[in-house]
Amino acid sequence: MKQSKRTLLSTLLCAALAVSGALPALAEDVEPIQINEDLSVSGDYDWTRFAEDHITLNVYNWGLYISDGSDESVDVLSAFEELTGIKVNYTTFDSNESLYAKMKSGGASYDVIFPSDYMVGKMIQEGMLAELDYSNIPNFSRIGEDYRGWSFDPDNAYSVPYTWGTTGIIYNTTMVEEAPTRWADLWDVEYAGNVLMFNNSRDAYAIAAKKLGRSLNPGSVDEVDLVMKELQAQKSVVQAYVMDEIFDKMEGGEAAMAPYYAGDALTMIEDNPDLAFVSPEEGVNFFVDSMCVPATSRHKEAAELFINYMCEPTVAYQNCDFIGYSTPLTEVWEMLDDDLKYSPIAYPDESVMSKAEVFVTLPDDVNAEMDAKWSEMKSYDESGSGWLVVAFLLAALAVSAFNIWRKMRKKVRDNY
Amino acid sequence: MLRSKASRWAAAPYLVWMCIFIVVPLAIVVWYALTDANGFFTLANLTGIGRYASVFGRSLLLAAEATVICLVLAFPVGYFLSRLRANKQHIMLMLVMLPMWMNFLLRTYAWMTLLEKNGLINKLLGLFGIGPFNMINTSGAVVLGMVYNYLPYMILPLYTAMTKIDNSVVEAAQDLGANVFQILLRVLIPLARPGIATGITMVFVPAVSTFIISRMLGGGANLLIGDLIELQFLGNSYNLNLGSAMSLVLMVIVLLCMSFTSSFDEEEMEGVM
Repeated sequence: MKQSKRTLLSTLLCAALAVSGALPALAEDVEPIQINEDLSVSGDYDWTRFAEDHITLNVYNWGLYISDGSDESVDVLSAFEELTGIKVNYTTFDSNESLYAKMKSGGASYDVIFPSDYMVGKMIQEGMLAELDYSNIPNFSRIGEDYRGWSFDPDNAYSVPYTWGTTGIIYNTTMVEEAPTRWADLWDVEYAGNVLMFNNSRDAYAIAAKKLGRSLNPGSVDEVDLVMKELQAQKSVVQAYVMDEIFDKMEGGEAAMAPYYAGDALTMIEDNPDLAFVSPEEGVNFFVDSMCVPATSRHKEAAELFINYMCEPTVAYQNCDFIGYSTPLTEVWEMLDDDLKYSPIAYPDESVMSKAEVFVTLPDDVNAEMDAKWSEMKSYDESGSGWLVVAFLLAALAVSAFNIWRKMRKKVRDNY
Repeated sequence: MLRSKASRWAAAPYLVWMCIFIVVPLAIVVWYALTDANGFFTLANLTGIGRYASVFGRSLLLAAEATVICLVLAFPVGYFLSRLRANKQHIMLMLVMLPMWMNFLLRTYAWMTLLEKNGLINKLLGLFGIGPFNMINTSGAVVLGMVYNYLPYMILPLYTAMTKIDNSVVEAAQDLGANVFQILLRVLIPLARPGIATGITMVFVPAVSTFIISRMLGGGANLLIGDLIELQFLGNSYNLNLGSAMSLVLMVIVLLCMSFTSSFDEEEMEGVM
């Protein structure tokens, strides 16, 4: 089976090469190259130009964020290796911040990374990304106008959108009396102990800010303080601050409501039909996860070739189908099943999108304040906590004094 | 016995390892803790920790609770183990170590499903019409997680110390009319002191610096020092300097704890000599 596929592939590749080599003028209407029964790529692109160079591309993506062959999905990475002869070393991260920390520590060199909007902005500011050469990424033209030119990278000079989505509230229809419609419902004391919250300062802040009718990008340290007070007020209602655990807890009926990302909400609803998702009316966070090439990449052109491959409709369709997040490629959207294509969760209508806001990169002092207030908020509950440290210091002093006294006593004893 | 020169060479590989992977990183941590983002000397990181006093207090308190519970639970177990016949001792020791064969995260994750509102324990109690109790996301759950995960580290040193206690010592005390409490207080505890000291260090130190137990069982609201440090490195603000300062304070706490317990050890040595 595998053998026959490979022979078929090589014949096709030869054919494609022959066509593109012999008749460059006709490149416009060449047949697409069929890699396997699910994947095909455009025939007018030189996919094999690095086949002899023994290149290994280091791709660093979010966990579970590509169709990798698990759960009977199509393995787009090994198809890429077959097609181009480039090896892919695929590793994953779990947050934008850990991606940043990894890049900043300089320990590893990556060729393609997948940061989200505000992290793209931050990396551009710090000169960590390479400017893309779009002659190597012709498939960029397939990306819908709505998903280009967001404020973090206005000309898309550094980033190609991979997936996008919005945040909202996922709730258990059997546990709420009235379906939530606003972020403010996450503050409802009626559901005390039944509400989950993001365990990440930026996302949690965004919710509180939207509840107060403010921008989710704070302009000043004072604004952070004010909005964080709102999160403090919510604390008695919150059962736990969690991230990925939300899957388990919502599917298992542990909590009535939780904020989360629309793409994951679809997965959860599939597993537990009691769950439902709503885009709160105060406005939501619109996020774009993008593909970028770090400035330190040693194989920039091959990395661009990879990005171009990821924007091939059949490849992007498999990814989109597997991860459940929304696609920025118009052709892929058209390929989707009707129930996903017109799903108000994955592709919300204008009333939601007009009020959606994207994260921008914050100044360092605002970021620091946000984190400080966040951990302060989470550790607030004791009274008289300031005395604990004093007590600790006193105890430490007492211990040292005791030790010194004992040592001296021992010395005196030894002298006898 | 090896001549001193030869033994020095034999230790060289580890010394090199220690320099590269322990001493140098420690120096880097100290350097970061005492500088600001631009590399200038500052004490602001250390004074800035004051605002997280409650987190430090909570960490110390919960770790101390867990240590005491471990000690109380492990002491009889250690004694019981040390009095068994040799072949039985091996089997029982295996049973103590058995949970450690499984990944630490998995074990903690399992407690999550046990303690949840719709978890196994509440379901079981529900059959008898009791509950449901709110067990997860409390500081009690965090202490439980610590006790469960670190109990073997308390049992093993206690067991080792107690195997050295000769049965005849206990019998002599009994002959002289000591009751159970007197034997415990005046014979067993003093003789097991090195084990107690090692056990306390081996439980308290990892418990005070853990972050994953509090995140999984404490619901993210029971922040510990470990969580706080993680937040500095992998959080929004990426503040290496503050994170290093916190690590430094944590190290001081650990050192204090170790000096305290080793002082017990010394006293015991005096007694022996």
